[in-house]
Amino acid sequence: MSEFPILQRSVHGKPLVYLDNAATTQKPRAVIDAIAEYYEHSNANVHRGGHALGTEATDLFEAARQTVADFIGAPSASTIVFTSGATGSINLVAASWGRTNIHQGDVVALTSMEHHANIVPWYMLCEEVGATLEVVRVLDDGTLDMDHLRSVLASGPKLLAITHVSNTLGTINPIDEICAMARENGVVTLVDGAQSVQHQPVDVVAMGCDLFVFSAHKLFGPTGIGVLYGRDEILASMPPYQGGGSMISTVSFERITYNDVPMRFEAGTPHIAGAVGMAAAIRWFSALDRDMLQQQDVEHTAQICAALSEVTGARIIGTAPERVGIVSFVVDGVHASDIGTLLDTMGVAIRVGHHCTQPLMQRFGVTSTARVSTSVYTTSHDINVFTRSLHKALSMLR
Amino acid sequence: MTIDTTIAEMIDLFAMLPDWEERYAQIIAYGKDLAPYPEEFRNETFRVKGCQSNVWLHPTFDGQRVHFDADSDAVIVRGLTAMLMRVYDHRTPDEILATKPDFLAALGLDQHLSQNRTNGLASMVKQIMMYAFAFRSLGSKVNT
Repeated sequence: MSEFPILQRSVHGKPLVYLDNAATTQKPRAVIDAIAEYYEHSNANVHRGGHALGTEATDLFEAARQTVADFIGAPSASTIVFTSGATGSINLVAASWGRTNIHQGDVVALTSMEHHANIVPWYMLCEEVGATLEVVRVLDDGTLDMDHLRSVLASGPKLLAITHVSNTLGTINPIDEICAMARENGVVTLVDGAQSVQHQPVDVVAMGCDLFVFSAHKLFGPTGIGVLYGRDEILASMPPYQGGGSMISTVSFERITYNDVPMRFEAGTPHIAGAVGMAAAIRWFSALDRDMLQQQDVEHTAQICAALSEVTGARIIGTAPERVGIVSFVVDGVHASDIGTLLDTMGVAIRVGHHCTQPLMQRFGVTSTARVSTSVYTTSHDINVFTRSLHKALSMLR
Repeated sequence: MTIDTTIAEMIDLFAMLPDWEERYAQIIAYGKDLAPYPEEFRNETFRVKGCQSNVWLHPTFDGQRVHFDADSDAVIVRGLTAMLMRVYDHRTPDEILATKPDFLAALGLDQHLSQNRTNGLASMVKQIMMYAFAFRSLGSKVNT
């Protein structure tokens, strides 16, 4: 897509083939322009001051909140909290909702396919309050063990923190069904949508989750901004997380009253340009033919898997039938980092490592994998270049 | 061979290999020359932190020179390690500390020193320097 300036560049003298979209997506011209436009024309602080620029910046910032709400099917803009990203959102929930609701002896349920961002905050909370983590197993094909999930939910955890799409395996979890099961058992659900928003249509009401988080940068937007969606009742019940400007109603040294949701959770000057950029990304993305893109995603995933099946000694980690364009693999006798280094010299950017999912690496008996991840601008040609480059790299390494 | 001639030789060799493919083939070949790593030191104590692949570095000091055993489970990292060994192995702590890894830039390998931590070359160089620094203090104590 010519709308992505960075995709026109070359790397090490070769045309860039960017296949690390699960780490971050590239930014279309529309997003870059919206951010520049904001700084060139409208920059001011929000929610304070009565001048024209302040009003303009506030209007843009709050319009972005509405754009986000519409994008994920949230009932109102007041259910959308701007954070620094999915990680920031989860930490907010763990610190605020978690400290209020999770007590000694309680259980927080996770799955073994969670990103560290959806493990570590819960581990820290459990350590602090004397609660325990219960981990739902992943089957050999990279799907969730639904029987195990059912029994874990029946055992009465307070919360289920679960990813919608695995950043390592590409597995799409049957999230509507999972949220319904949790609800029947009175378990609050937090869904990590970091990987799903660019691959799957998201409607938080239809999904039936209580909390949903994602980052703008994995959705063609800027880094440093993300979203926490929470059902009204949940957000309203949550105490403030960080103190500062904007999140208060009145302050004296004797008594402080806090602002309403979502402002209560947005202390200090927010990432205004980030919100503007995220809204531009969502508008740009929403104008695309999503059905066509999903079909393309399925085709690209099949093309990658077919190519890897012809590589001697290659093993795909995660073969779930319902999946997105994220494919992890290992090659017998070859270290993933060597593959990554040589592909890079050929202009092909993939990710190698544990992908911030060390428990999942342990589950599959590997220390690292190479991961190819697609996006809307990925072409069949990109995958062919990747395949040719992989064969060339392996011929040097074995 | 002095450090300077060792570095100059590698730079000359790489200058004759303008193609990335040949350069990496050379790096991998360097790795094949690396002496076998003593298995008893293949443990957490001697594992260099901050590397995506496993890198082990074990130093010994005879009072004058530092000897390193080194290894990696990744082929390219082992090659890069072998290149560092050509420069830093069997040198005095002063020689090691006086030799900044600038030569990697001359070899076109400075990208491997990035904080990206893809292969931990920066961590390895830092570890070599730290051992040299420790042995220098030890050496000066032995002398006095």
